[in-house]
Amino acid sequence: MSSIAVIDYGMGNLRSVSKAIEHVAPGAQVRVTDDPAVVRDADRVVFPGQGAMPDCMRELRGRGLYEAVIDAARDKPFLGICIGLQMLFERSEEGDTPGLNILPGRVRRFAHQLVGGNGQKLKVPHMGWNEVEQRVEHPLWSGIAQNSRFYFVHSYYPEPGIPGLTAGISRYPAEFACAAARENLFAVQFHPEKSAAAGLRLLANFATWVPVERNLRNAA
Amino acid sequence: MGLAKRIIPCLDVTAGRVVKGVNFVGLRDAGDPVEIARRYDDQGADELTFLDITASSDDRDLILHIIENVAAQVFIPFTVGGGVRSVNDVRRLLNAGADKVSINTAAVQNPQLVADASGRYGAQCIVVAIDAKRVPGTDELGWEVYTHGGRKATGLDALEWGSRMQGLGAGEILLTSMDRDGTRAGFDIELTRAFSDMLEIPVIASGGVGNLEHLAEGVLQGRADAVLAASIFHYGEYTVRQAKEHMAGKGIEVRL
Repeated sequence: MSSIAVIDYGMGNLRSVSKAIEHVAPGAQVRVTDDPAVVRDADRVVFPGQGAMPDCMRELRGRGLYEAVIDAARDKPFLGICIGLQMLFERSEEGDTPGLNILPGRVRRFAHQLVGGNGQKLKVPHMGWNEVEQRVEHPLWSGIAQNSRFYFVHSYYPEPGIPGLTAGISRYPAEFACAAARENLFAVQFHPEKSAAAGLRLLANFATWVPVERNLRNAA
Repeated sequence: MGLAKRIIPCLDVTAGRVVKGVNFVGLRDAGDPVEIARRYDDQGADELTFLDITASSDDRDLILHIIENVAAQVFIPFTVGGGVRSVNDVRRLLNAGADKVSINTAAVQNPQLVADASGRYGAQCIVVAIDAKRVPGTDELGWEVYTHGGRKATGLDALEWGSRMQGLGAGEILLTSMDRDGTRAGFDIELTRAFSDMLEIPVIASGGVGNLEHLAEGVLQGRADAVLAASIFHYGEYTVRQAKEHMAGKGIEVRL
């Protein structure tokens, strides 16, 4: 049986993430945890996130999770969600905070006074259901239609340092990377746990994903 | 194509059940919250809002069980409001599985609560609900904030209040017109538009929806980012899907 650790660093709603995974992968052992040992033992790791980046980084360090997260991102199937995507990059404009530096690139804020194509003001946070254009073929996109809508809520977005990282984009109104993929790592700006059928499919895909690019210690 | 306008059915909950009534009078049992939430999810609702109208604190904890059950079975965002007074209330609702918490009266009594909750859990999960009523007898349009379910005038100018709440860390404003609520005469478009044009955060229009065209007006004329309605969906008059099809027919981007 596959064990999935959902990392708990004390911020926001992890229950909906664990519930959604339990819903699509009833055979998996899902544990919401802030214990680095549990993260290290898990076959798969989900790094969800809500809240502000400086607080999240502080909590990660305070709970001794920093190294465990970096190790997990290196060698086992790893899914980052929202702040869990943003924290993988070098740096965020939010509080000018250094990230985990696992992926090259930075996290930027949507501009103030955004205007859409019809001249209507666009609000920040970018909140609601937007289309996701898949830019690569990937097992986590399997069975999900191109341009399916996912639920977003965020004011910051990633700007990958190398274009090859971008697995999907969305537009608000300019194009931004909303999914990044590399080897055993997949991370999304939207919330699959709140994105109805498309989101559940992505989580189900993650629960059975066996990355092939590298020798992975724990791909179960 | 881009971000879709949201349609949000609102459910009143007390003693563990969804109820419906007019102005808290003649409440009738309308069913199991999880069942109703699933039905709206199936119809394509973009979010759900649960309003805890429980009067006694004994029954209040029931909402936590409901939230847990909804979170385990319905995978779209949902907001819970009603009786939220402290950061600890916010924490309990989020831990039970709510995605956002709506704060109304307590924000007026203690504006710092909005700042504290937003600082702790992020602006994305803090909705400030504003019940606004037109100030009669002035040349200029003005609205006043009411609290305690619309029973108590505060003397606060609604637009100034909305701006202040945005500054303190609200992620979204749920804006209800007291003048229109329950009338089925449509949104207060001037109110909705004044808020939408002024604020940088999203505005949910509420109060007065009687037909599908009202929903479209809220977006096209009121420039709302989302529209909330209760009775037109509860009584089975319209499904959420019909509402979306109507809005799409008016050129509004929706998730179908």
